[in-house]
Amino acid sequence: MKLSSLNRTLLLFTVLLASYQVSAGIDGFTALPITAYTIAFGVILIAALLIFILGIDVLDSPIVVIVSTIIPLSLAAGLVWQHLASLRTWYLVFTIIGFLAVTLTRSIQIQNKLPVIILAITHGIAGMTIFLLPIIIASQGETKPLFALVGVGGALIGVGGLLLSFLKTGRPIVSRDTIMKFFPAMLFLTTALFVAGFKFG
Amino acid sequence: MSTRDSVPTSKFAMFWSLTKPSQSGLLLATGLAGYMSARGPVFNLSAILQLSISLFLAIAGSTILNMWWDRDIDAKMGRTQKRVTSKGLVSDKEVLQVGSLISVIGIGWAIALDPLYGLVVFAGWFFDVVVYSMWLKRRTCWSIVWGGISGAMPILAGRVLGLGAVDWIGLMLALGILLWIPTHTLTFSMKFQKDYADAGVPTFPSTYGLAATRATIGISSVLAAAAMVAAGVGIGMDWGFLRLLGVLSAGLLMLAIAITFKPTERVNFGLFKYASVYMLAAMILVVLEVI
Repeated sequence: MKLSSLNRTLLLFTVLLASYQVSAGIDGFTALPITAYTIAFGVILIAALLIFILGIDVLDSPIVVIVSTIIPLSLAAGLVWQHLASLRTWYLVFTIIGFLAVTLTRSIQIQNKLPVIILAITHGIAGMTIFLLPIIIASQGETKPLFALVGVGGALIGVGGLLLSFLKTGRPIVSRDTIMKFFPAMLFLTTALFVAGFKFG
Repeated sequence: MSTRDSVPTSKFAMFWSLTKPSQSGLLLATGLAGYMSARGPVFNLSAILQLSISLFLAIAGSTILNMWWDRDIDAKMGRTQKRVTSKGLVSDKEVLQVGSLISVIGIGWAIALDPLYGLVVFAGWFFDVVVYSMWLKRRTCWSIVWGGISGAMPILAGRVLGLGAVDWIGLMLALGILLWIPTHTLTFSMKFQKDYADAGVPTFPSTYGLAATRATIGISSVLAAAAMVAAGVGIGMDWGFLRLLGVLSAGLLMLAIAITFKPTERVNFGLFKYASVYMLAAMILVVLEVI
């Protein structure tokens, strides 16, 4: 499927936004959040760049399931580390185990439903964390109200990640063509919401 | 200006096409980035202008002389047989004269501007025209190393002009370019393997095979990224920019691993393009750091 000019432009802006966030948008944080956000936005940056260079069909690669897990996991880990001090260690353990479990169940042939269950649990928890945590702390006044935009972006990327992951597992929720057509717009919107949330929140 | 597939009609357009404007422009950009990396008087318009003109003329001159020297093999290769030298649209004598004149003006200007800068510019010209094209290109596939050294000279020249001396950061920047160039040349030599074989030009794929060539591309890409990061640290690049460079380097590493262990034509093309974007981004970061 050929990328339209609009999608190419959106991907270019996604690359620029993610570049800004990695280079300037997370200054002043402590080491772990900086590392986590660098990984998350770095993956977005490289993914957008590779889609721009190689075309949208690059999403057909089996590695996409693993890559699409890294973004929510690392973002959620950064958010929890910054805003839920009591759960830091537990969440970090979950992040590492979740990532390893998804990678393992994607790398070896398993006939039962375990890979899908692992994927759904990992994406579900990380997605809900990114969606709810910024909205809750913004509504409680711990951050500026616009930090809730990170939560909206989290909802979007959560949906996108799940759609892609289930497509890769052979149980698509929405058709492949629809996902491919709207993926650049979704990636751009998600990144823009994240960047705006961190900047103005 | 001509496109790759159309044949230029005016004399100027013909010679302009022989300068390979995109490639020369990219090398000039590395020279400017090298100059700015020295954190000198960046907005010194006179120095920037003289650097740009002298460097562009030297690069363009060497490129025209390469075309003059290689006109016989260019005519045998599908990729290059549309060049005005291959088609005989300009006389050999004219090409030699124009290439020599532009080279002399460019190198002469560079020496007049700063002798050490001029020496580095001359070294780049010499390695490209004499060592790479005339001496080694038709003899050994390792000629690309010398072509790479030549391509690395503009960034070193720029830094030398800004700093007044050769330092380890300049050498590291040059090493980054030197190691990045195989990503281009080896990808081309794989894609146009038959062309090179028809023209009798030894290449890595024809000498060592595709697997070894891919591994070489992968390794050189990773080392290029390491050299650029080291240079970035040396320049005192902002921590945020270093993070960004690290992320872009990770992408390069990922593609290098893919091309080595799971090679496909698509991944090959992806690495080729990504490496160009990587180097452009690295140059932009160096410039942004100073501005």
